[in-house]
Amino acid sequence: MSASHGQKGSPVNASSKEPLLIVEGLRVAYGGIQAVRGITFHIDAGETVALIGANGAGKTSTLRALSRMLDAAGGSVRYLGKDISRLPPHRLVREGIALVPEGRGVFPRLTIAENLAMGAFTRDDKPKIARDIEHVFGLFPRLKEREKQLAGTLSGGEQQMLAIGRALMSRPKLLLLDEPSMGLAPIMVQKIFEVIRTVAAEGMTILLIEQNAKLALETSRRGYVLESGEITLTDEAEKLLHNPKVREAYLGE
Amino acid sequence: MDILLQQIINGLVQGAIYAMVALGYTMVYGIMGLINFAHGEVVMIGTLVAITVITLLVGAGVPPAMAGACGVVAAAAVCMIIGWSLERVAYRPLRNAQRLAPLITAIGCSIVLQNVAMMVWGRNYMTFPPLIAKTQFEIAGASFTSVQVLILLVASVSMGGLLFLVYRTKLGMAMRATAQNPAVAGLMGVNANRVISSAFVVGSALGAVAGVMVGTYYEIAHYQMGFMLGLKAFTAAVLGGIGNLAGAMAGGLLLGLIEALGAGYIGDLTGGFLGSHYQDIFAFAVLIVVLMFRPSGLFGEKTGDRA
Ligand SMILES: Nc1ncnc2c1ncn2[C@@H]1O[C@H](COP(=O)(O)OP(=O)(O)O)[C@@H](O)[C@H]1O
Ligand SMILES: [Mg+2]
Repeated sequence: MSASHGQKGSPVNASSKEPLLIVEGLRVAYGGIQAVRGITFHIDAGETVALIGANGAGKTSTLRALSRMLDAAGGSVRYLGKDISRLPPHRLVREGIALVPEGRGVFPRLTIAENLAMGAFTRDDKPKIARDIEHVFGLFPRLKEREKQLAGTLSGGEQQMLAIGRALMSRPKLLLLDEPSMGLAPIMVQKIFEVIRTVAAEGMTILLIEQNAKLALETSRRGYVLESGEITLTDEAEKLLHNPKVREAYLGE
Repeated sequence: MDILLQQIINGLVQGAIYAMVALGYTMVYGIMGLINFAHGEVVMIGTLVAITVITLLVGAGVPPAMAGACGVVAAAAVCMIIGWSLERVAYRPLRNAQRLAPLITAIGCSIVLQNVAMMVWGRNYMTFPPLIAKTQFEIAGASFTSVQVLILLVASVSMGGLLFLVYRTKLGMAMRATAQNPAVAGLMGVNANRVISSAFVVGSALGAVAGVMVGTYYEIAHYQMGFMLGLKAFTAAVLGGIGNLAGAMAGGLLLGLIEALGAGYIGDLTGGFLGSHYQDIFAFAVLIVVLMFRPSGLFGEKTGDRA
């Protein structure tokens, strides 16, 4: 492991232990359609891992199964050493897993402050929650200016900020991000990814799902390439960035 | 003497009762898109439970006001249990069924509750015992009673309490979040089943209070009274925009006013051809007009804005 990776995830000490998340042979089907065809990957504590793939590759389906929004058709998901593939969805956040869903999923008729409070729904420690809200406002000052506004009035980029902030409010051990760059202006994408790097540097474990392969790989330590529901490549992010196949298929070269 | 002010007073009182019942429809609809047509029957059972408890207590020498308070508590407790059970037993298994299935089930539950009430309380009209001395007041030629004042007061406090619950507590926030995006609310740790149960329980409690109001106001009750009351309250909820709390309150008051003014002036309007006992046609005319021209109701917005 080269030193340059330190900033993208905590040093290698985690690799001696069992990974935080182990996904084995995960399959997702909609009726007869196989969206995810038995994928296997893992995430070590403290690292940022990218799962890249084109539109329709099965990225969101993978996250839906991980976050228990739908039942997997097969395979296993182990998190902190225990099988979480049958937990009811509302239990997941208590286990320390937070999802920023595709399309952000903010509550449009709740205020920004209320959306953040929803992120802390499972917590009772009011003073700490208040401090964490300030922390999120520190990451995203634009949200603080609009604290009392309804989330539905925010721009797409601001909603993405809110969705990330809301996920952080549960103090997760594992953060799952579904295409945070989707539909945003480049300047906004830069801002969002700056924050993702900051959060990663603070020690968060992140699964970053993206169509924007370059950005995702630049932000991650390792990456997986998902094609038509199957993982076809995996390597350190640096190496994937220089892999001819990846460059051709995902970096437009 | 002008009847305008008189009918406005009467309309507001009746409207407050409609609003209390309409909230039960609208809360459940806002959170899970279900029209709980058995809600009117829950209200009816609240009235009948209150009669039984109050009559017993008054017979045992308890002061009527005290007996009334116990009656409200007992009615609320029974209605909350019924509301909770309806959801748990009848609607939850159909959560992912076609829309028609829970609707038919709701009608079935209505019939069951009516028949249970008939078996317990009989087919006859029952007298609702007086709870407070019925003093008459006058302003500007219109008269109103202490009972009407009490109904308006209790309705205001109950609805204020509901707004507090929904907009100022964690459970209320979870209810609003679930109404707006149940899947994401689940990701936040909200147990959707618990939120849905709460909506049924809270709506039923309001319905029970409304049931006692109806009994006190008309001094009479019957196992079939829930049908018309439920239908009108449902109309009020649709008028205000079903799923919207403020809409249910405004829709209830407005429907009460429309009915009262309609009943007051229908004789004049039709040259004496129709009398005030035709007041029911106003509620259903309102329902039809709203469904035709503004199905989302007065306060109705897009689906994401429910509750
Ligand atoms: N709710 C659904 N019902 C049926 N098919 C779906 C559904 N969601 C996704 N799919 C299909 O599953 C495949 C993977 O979709 P998805 O996981 O959303 O991909 P990605 O997030 O990588 O764009 C696609 O072929 C898509 O059409
Ligand atoms: Mg997707």
